[in-house]
Amino acid sequence: MAIFTLPSLGSDMEAGTLVEWLVSPGDRVSRGDVVAVIETQKGAIEIECYEEGTVHALMAETGEELPVGAPLAILLAPGEAPPDDTAELRSDTTPAAPSIVKPKLQQTPAAPLPFEEVRASPAARLRARELNVDLKDLSGSFPGGGIVLADVEAVSARGSATSSKPSPMAEMRKAIGASMARSKQTIPHFYLSHMIDVQPAMDWLAEHNKAVSPAERLLSGALFVRCAVLAAEKVQELNGHYVNGAFQPSESVNAAIAVALRGGGLVAPALMDANRLNLSETMDGMRDLVSRARSGRLRNSEMTEGTITISSLGETGAEAMAGIIFPPQVALLCIGAPQIRPWVVDGDIVPRRVVTLTLSVDHRVSDGRLAARFITEFETRIKDPDSL
Amino acid sequence: MTEEDIRAVFINELVKIAPDLDAQDIGEDERLQDDLGLDSMDILNLVAALHKAFGVSIPEPDYPKIATTRLAVSYLQEMQA
Repeated sequence: MAIFTLPSLGSDMEAGTLVEWLVSPGDRVSRGDVVAVIETQKGAIEIECYEEGTVHALMAETGEELPVGAPLAILLAPGEAPPDDTAELRSDTTPAAPSIVKPKLQQTPAAPLPFEEVRASPAARLRARELNVDLKDLSGSFPGGGIVLADVEAVSARGSATSSKPSPMAEMRKAIGASMARSKQTIPHFYLSHMIDVQPAMDWLAEHNKAVSPAERLLSGALFVRCAVLAAEKVQELNGHYVNGAFQPSESVNAAIAVALRGGGLVAPALMDANRLNLSETMDGMRDLVSRARSGRLRNSEMTEGTITISSLGETGAEAMAGIIFPPQVALLCIGAPQIRPWVVDGDIVPRRVVTLTLSVDHRVSDGRLAARFITEFETRIKDPDSL
Repeated sequence: MTEEDIRAVFINELVKIAPDLDAQDIGEDERLQDDLGLDSMDILNLVAALHKAFGVSIPEPDYPKIATTRLAVSYLQEMQA
């Protein structure tokens, strides 16, 4: 038996509100199944299951605000018999561990818990802290006397009902601000910039798009992402996570694509295993990510498992930006909008389309030499679009 | 298809791509990218949707000809004739 807890939602989010259960007790689940939908500061996120088994009981109600690590459901391993009593688990599990934890079953349900004076659900504790309510003053309505979210809400409703929820946009801005402030405080950034000629790639793209139907056309952004993914595969020191004081390189390249949301705000969901996708698969993957980012249907793995971020300024507009690394990643590539500039080709000055790459890198993991290698890899690839 | 029918289909596809837009509020001369905030991915999706709806495959060099609702409706009308 295992307790399935709310997994990480990304470095900038610590809690979310359960809006929908997609499984019920008795349902079989496999690794990767979407079991619930959580509303976060960055929109709704689909929560995937990391184990195989049968759902025995749900431990969270829709409408509850849950911290990362809060227990969501009890899963039975294939073939495992259900336990006698699971009501106690709700108050017995601390919401700190962000992964599957083995539950400690209370043998005598009526006995007081040794380490908690008050029994309350994680959501109730969180809300009580926010509202400055002492849990000791409350009586719980959950079977066994545990305090649940509704009990805390009821008290706060009797008190001053002045608290108003900030707008979703303000919440998202707050989440981005907190995450980026932490990044700038903890990651010693350095930046490397280089302008490259992309005329051959743009000509190749125009030819390609002329010959195919609109649904099969490619965007220059897909070419750039493909080049960045190939470069990240070569320069492993820029692709991975910095966790607990050490860098862990990643074998697969999960390219986090910065997507501007209409109306403001930003998310950077990962195109998983992008190194295994060819150019048209990369385009399809980006189209799918952008549409799900805007409709609020991203998965928690896409929010947390990106290994390098790629931020493209679009097809028109500013030529360069030095971005802030998204922790726990260690690098971010910003691709400026293409500009027409005088360029020297075979000794002649000619107008060419150029883009400026700006790579933000974590100095704890690598230095300028490796960053330059990444840029060189990118440039070699974009000069030869047939190889993409 | 009348001009009104074309406009209705165009607006319908546009709103599908940018659901936060209100069909009533889209001005005839508002530019899809600069005023309504569509990006290159949105434009490509719109062109693919128009291909399906009208059977007109708009080549990339013609994208400026569908930059506003007014331009797009007259372009689609011409291409269908």
